[in-house]
Amino acid sequence: FSCSSSGVKPAVATGLVGTVQQQDIMKWNGWGYADSKFFFNKKGQGEFTGKRYRLSGLILPSLKDWFEGTFGANLQHKSPPSLNTSAVAPPSLNEAFVEELKSTGIPFSHDTEDRVFRAHGHCLHEIFSLRDGRVGRCPDMVVWPNCHNDVVKIVELACKHSVCLIPYGGGTSVSSALECPPEETRSIVSLDTSQMNRILWIDEKNLTAHVEAGIIGQDLERLLNESGYCTGHEPDSMEFSSLGGWVATRASGMKKNIYGNIEDLVVHIKMVTPRGVIEKSCQGPRMSTGPDIHHFILGSEGTLGVVTEVTLKIRPIPEYQKYGSVVFPNFQQGVACLREVAKQRCAPASIRLMDNEQFQFGHALKPQVSSIFTSFLDGLKKFYITKFKGFDPHHLCVATLLFEGDREKVLQHEKLVYDIAAKFGGLAAGEDNGQRGYMLTFVIAYLRDLGMEYYVIGESFETSVPWDRWVLDLCRNVKERIVRECKEKGVQFPPLSTCRVTQTYDAGACVYFYFAFNYRGLSDPVHVYEQVEHAAREEILANGGSLSHHHGVGKLRKEWMQETISSVGLGMLKSVKDYLDPNNIFGNRNLL
Amino acid sequence: MEELYSRRYISYPDGFWDILEERRRTSDLSHALRTFNPQPYKGAPPCSSSELNRAVLESQFLRHVVKEVSAESGEPVEVVRDEASGLLEEMSQNLQLTFIRLLGFSLSKVFKRLFQKILINEEGLNRLQQAIPEHPVILMPNHRSYIDFLVLSYIMFTYDLPIPVIAAGIPLMSMKLIGEIFRRSGAFFIRRAIGDDKLYWALLSEYVRTIVRIGFAPVEFFVEGLRSRTLKSLPPKLGMMHMVLEPFLKGEVYDISLVPISISYDRVLEESLLAHELLGVPKPKETTRGLLKARKILEDDYGSMHVCFGEPLSVRGLAKGTVNRWQYNLVPRDLPAKPSEETLGFVSGVAHLVVRLQEKGMVLSPWSLIATVLLQNPLGMDLDALIQRTCWLRELVEGFGAVLHWTGQVPACEVVLSSLSRHHSVVRCEKGRVTLVEEAGASPATPEEGVFRRAAAVLMCASYRNQALHVFVRPALVATAITSPTVTDEDIFAHFQFLQDVFSNEFIFIPGTSHQDFEEGCSSLRKCGAVQVCDQQIRVTEEGKDTIFFLTAVLEPFIQTYQMVFRHLTNEPDQPFTERQYITGVRSSTLKRILSGDVQSFEALSSDVQKNVLSGLVRMGGVTKLKKGVRSEFRVDKTTIGRIADKLAGKMPPHLTIQSRL
Repeated sequence: FSCSSSGVKPAVATGLVGTVQQQDIMKWNGWGYADSKFFFNKKGQGEFTGKRYRLSGLILPSLKDWFEGTFGANLQHKSPPSLNTSAVAPPSLNEAFVEELKSTGIPFSHDTEDRVFRAHGHCLHEIFSLRDGRVGRCPDMVVWPNCHNDVVKIVELACKHSVCLIPYGGGTSVSSALECPPEETRSIVSLDTSQMNRILWIDEKNLTAHVEAGIIGQDLERLLNESGYCTGHEPDSMEFSSLGGWVATRASGMKKNIYGNIEDLVVHIKMVTPRGVIEKSCQGPRMSTGPDIHHFILGSEGTLGVVTEVTLKIRPIPEYQKYGSVVFPNFQQGVACLREVAKQRCAPASIRLMDNEQFQFGHALKPQVSSIFTSFLDGLKKFYITKFKGFDPHHLCVATLLFEGDREKVLQHEKLVYDIAAKFGGLAAGEDNGQRGYMLTFVIAYLRDLGMEYYVIGESFETSVPWDRWVLDLCRNVKERIVRECKEKGVQFPPLSTCRVTQTYDAGACVYFYFAFNYRGLSDPVHVYEQVEHAAREEILANGGSLSHHHGVGKLRKEWMQETISSVGLGMLKSVKDYLDPNNIFGNRNLL
Repeated sequence: MEELYSRRYISYPDGFWDILEERRRTSDLSHALRTFNPQPYKGAPPCSSSELNRAVLESQFLRHVVKEVSAESGEPVEVVRDEASGLLEEMSQNLQLTFIRLLGFSLSKVFKRLFQKILINEEGLNRLQQAIPEHPVILMPNHRSYIDFLVLSYIMFTYDLPIPVIAAGIPLMSMKLIGEIFRRSGAFFIRRAIGDDKLYWALLSEYVRTIVRIGFAPVEFFVEGLRSRTLKSLPPKLGMMHMVLEPFLKGEVYDISLVPISISYDRVLEESLLAHELLGVPKPKETTRGLLKARKILEDDYGSMHVCFGEPLSVRGLAKGTVNRWQYNLVPRDLPAKPSEETLGFVSGVAHLVVRLQEKGMVLSPWSLIATVLLQNPLGMDLDALIQRTCWLRELVEGFGAVLHWTGQVPACEVVLSSLSRHHSVVRCEKGRVTLVEEAGASPATPEEGVFRRAAAVLMCASYRNQALHVFVRPALVATAITSPTVTDEDIFAHFQFLQDVFSNEFIFIPGTSHQDFEEGCSSLRKCGAVQVCDQQIRVTEEGKDTIFFLTAVLEPFIQTYQMVFRHLTNEPDQPFTERQYITGVRSSTLKRILSGDVQSFEALSSDVQKNVLSGLVRMGGVTKLKKGVRSEFRVDKTTIGRIADKLAGKMPPHLTIQSRL
C-alpha cells in the first residue's frame, strides 16, 4: 500500500471561491445562471441570453409557434413572478451552538438570502412557490466548513447541542430532499460543502484522484483536464451539482457506458457521521469484506452524515470525440435498435433515443439559419427523409450518439453502430443533430422558467426498466396516463407528455419523461401537477419500472419505499440509521 | 358513421332503431358491396391472419411451453411444434372481407324473413364506435341462439365497424362448408373440455392475448361459455375472461374496453330443441343438413329481437384498487405463470359483473310476462284474467327498473293476443281460455310419456319466464326470506345470504355483493309498496301480500326441485355415482313423484336445474367430488344435505353469522 509515489500532484485550487460569488451568479428562483435565460423578444421570437451556451445570443424563430402550438399558450398571457423575500420567518438559533461554532472560526451566516437560497431544490412546487414569493421552513443558519476536520467539528457540536444538520452541495435536487421538514423543532443548520472544493491529489499510476466532496462537477472536470485527465462523469446537472451530492444520490452520468456510474467510479469515501468517521483502510479495487459499506453511503441522501472526501477513478482525456445521430421511422424501431446495441455490448459513450414529441421540440430550438444554402440543405434533408424514405414526420424519432476514444477506434465503432441502426430502418442524420441533442439537455431546464412566465408548468422524472417489451409498453402507458389524468383534473389543453431513453444496460434501460401543461383556468396548478406526477409514478411502478434510476427518493417518493425494497429491507436501512445517527441529527427525513 | 345520422331511421321512444327498416327499402346487394372502411384500433399495425398465426407460434411463451411439453412427453421438440402448428391451423380464424359481404347479403335476406325488426340502441353503438380506436375492445354478448354472433357481425358490418373475431365451439366447425364460412367470417374454434392439455391451453391463450395485444380486431366471446338452454344467464366461465384481461394486467396495453351486449328475442329459433335437450332427449348433432332442414323455420314469425350495446367498461377502471399489478414485475412477462388469488378474484368479479350488466340491458318481451303468469296458473286461465294479470305484472317489473318492449299506446289486449299467436307452438287461446299446448300426436301410450309431453310445454314456457327472472330474483329472495316461517327479523339477511348461496349456480350474483343485492331487493319491494320498513323491521303491507305471494311463487319451482333432489339423495343407498347415473336416478324418481302428485312442478324434470343442484351441493359440501380416472364420481354427505334441506324449508333458523341488518 503506497500512495505517496511520485505520481501524486500537489493540491490544485479551484476557480470558484467564496460563498457570495456562486450565489450571485445564480438565479434565486429559477434554474442556473442568472444571465442565461429564454425570453420572447418584441417580435415574438425566442432568444437565449448570455454567453455561456452554444445557444446563447441566438434567435430561435420556431420556438414561439412550437410553444403556442404545443401548450395552447399565448404570449399575451403572462404570469410574471412576484419578487418578495420578506415573507421569511426569522431564524430560530441555538445560541450555545452558535457560540461554540464562533470559537472554531468556521464561517456561518443567518442572512435571509443565504437561508432561502439553501431551502430548496428544483422541484416544480419549490420553484413555483419561490416565484410566488412563498417560502416555507428555511434553514436557520448556514455554515461553510473548509475541510474534513471542520465538518467533524460541526457534527460534534450539532450532536452536543442537538441541532439538525442538512448537508447542501449543489442544490440541484429534484426529490424535495433539501426541503426542511416543517415539523422540525430544533434549529436547522444548512451545511454547505461548497468551500471543500479542492483536488487533494492525483495518482497517475493508479489513475485515481482524491477530491473534496464539495467540488462542483464542471470545476472537477476542468481542473482534471488541466492535468490531462477526466472522470468522464457527466450528469445533466454537472454544471451545478457536487461530487458529494452524486455520492449521496447514486448519480448517473451521460457517458456511463465508458466510465460507469458513480458507484463504479468511487474507490474510497470518507464520511462524517454522528457516530464518527467512516472509511475503508485501503484502496484495493475490489474487496470481499462483507457487504460493501460504500453502498450504505451511496444513496443515503444526507440522512447518515456528510461525505467529505472521495477517491475517484480518472482517465486520460480521450483523443477524439464525435457526435452522431440516427433517424428511425418510429419509436419501436428505435428501441429495438438500442436493445440490439446493448445486446452486442457496443454502446457508444452515450446513446439516447428521443420520441417524436421531443424530436419536434428539438426543432423548435433550431437557431435562425444564416445562409440560404443551409436552409436549402435542411429542406433537402427533410425531403429525403419524409418523401423519399417515407418516414412519417409525426412518428419518426431520433437517436443521438457520442463516441469517444482514439480516432481509429471511434470510426470503427461508429460504423458498427450505424450498421446495426440500418437493420432497424435507421438513417444517419449527421453530427450536428447529435450535438444539438446533447446541448438541449443543458438548456431544457432553463426552458421551464420561460414556461412559467406564460402559465406553463412542467418537470421531468425518470425510471429504469427491463428490456423486452417493458420499455415500449411503459413509455406508452405512462405517457397516456399523463394525458388522461390531465384531462380528468381539468387541464384545458393537452399536455406535453414525452419521453426518451437515456441509458442502456445489459438488462434494461433508463427512461426519462418530460411533462408540462398550460395551467390557465386552474386554481391550484401545483396540486394538479403533483397529482398527475403521482399517478404517472404509480403507472411506472405498475409497469415494472423502478422508483428512481438516479434522481433519488428524497421526500417526494418516500411513500413507495416500503413496497419497493420490502419492509425487511426498509428495516435494515433504518437500523443503520439508528446506529449511526440515533438522535436524528441529519434530520432531513429523506428516504426512510 | 356520418351516414348513421343521415339515414332515416324510425326512432323508437326507448332509443332503439330498426336496422331492417332500411334493408326493406334499399338493395341488399349494394348494402353488401358498399365501401367498408372501418376505423381500427389506433395502435394496430395492419396484420394478416397468417402473420398473426406466425406471431403466436414464434412467441417466446409458446416456444417455452413447446419445450416443456417436449421434455414431459419425451417427444422431440419439432414434433411438438408441428402438433402446435396443426392445432393452431384448426383453431384460427381467417377473416376475409369477401365472405363478410357474402354473409351480409344472405343475412339480409334471412333476417328480413325471420324478424319483424332488429332493434339496436344507437347510443350504445356510438359509444362502441368511439371506444374502438381508443383501446382493444372485447364484445361480450349473452348467448341464447346460434344466430347471436351472426347478428352481431352483421350489425358491425352495417355500421362500418371492424368485424370481430369470435370464439366459437368446435362443433360448429365440423359442419361442412358452414364451418369454413364462419372461419372466414372471423370465427375461431375452441375444443370443448380442454382439461389439462397444456399445449392446447398455451396456444389458445397466446392466440387470444396476441389478438388483444396488437388490437388485430375486436374479440367477441360468450362469457357464459355456452348457449343457455334455459334462456337464463349462466355462471360465467373464467378461462377466456382471464386471457383477454391479461394484456392489461401485464401492462401490454394501456386499457381494454369490455362491452356487455344484451341480446333478447321475442321468440328464440331453437325453442323446441331447448325443452327436449333439458328433458334428456339428446340434441341433434350440428350438421349442415340439419341447418338446411331448419329452413322451415324461415316460414315462421319470430317477432323482434333487441341488441343492446352496453356502456364500455374500462378494465383499468375496474382494476383500480383491486389488483396490484406489481405482482407481474418479478417474472418475465412471456413465461407462463399461475395467476394469484387476487387476480382470479378480479377475473371472476369482472365476469360476473358483465353477466349482470347483460341482464340489465335486456329488453323484456311482453311474452316473458305472459309466460310467468301462465306458469303460476298451470291449468290455464281466462284471457281477460291473463290480460289483467299481465298488465299488473308490467307495472311491477317497470317499477323494478326493467325495460319492456311494450309501446305505451298499443292496447294491452292487442299486445297479449299478438304474443299468444306468435307463440302458438306453446300456448293456445280457445273460447276465451288460454292453455299450454302439448305436443300433438297420438295420445300418450304411458302415463310417463304424458308427463314428458306436459313437461316439454312447461319448460318451453319456463324458458321465456327465465328471460325475466333476473328482474325478480333479488326481491323474490327477500320475499322468501321474510315469509319463511321460522326466520326472525335479525335473521332475514342471513337467510337471504343462505338462499343466495344455495342458488348461486341458478341465478347470477356478483361474489361479495350480498349486501347490495339485499338492499336492491328490499328497495324494490319498498318502492312497489309490498313492504314497509320501520325500526329496522320489514313488514309486509296488506296490499303487498299479492306481490309477495307472486314473487315467492316465482322461486317455488326451483325450491321444489332442490328439495326433491335433496330427498332423492338422502334416500338413495350410500355409494358413489357418476353424473350420468345421478341424472337418470333423479329423473326417474322425479317422474314417480310427479305421477304420485308428491311434486307439482314439472320443472323438476329439467336436467339443467338438476345439474345445478349437484354443483351447488359440491360447493356447499353436501356432495364430495372424487376423481376416478378420467371420470369424476360423487359421494353424498347425508347429514349436510339434510341440514341444507331443513334450512331451505325453514325448519331451523340458519345459523350463519347473525347480523342485525334492517
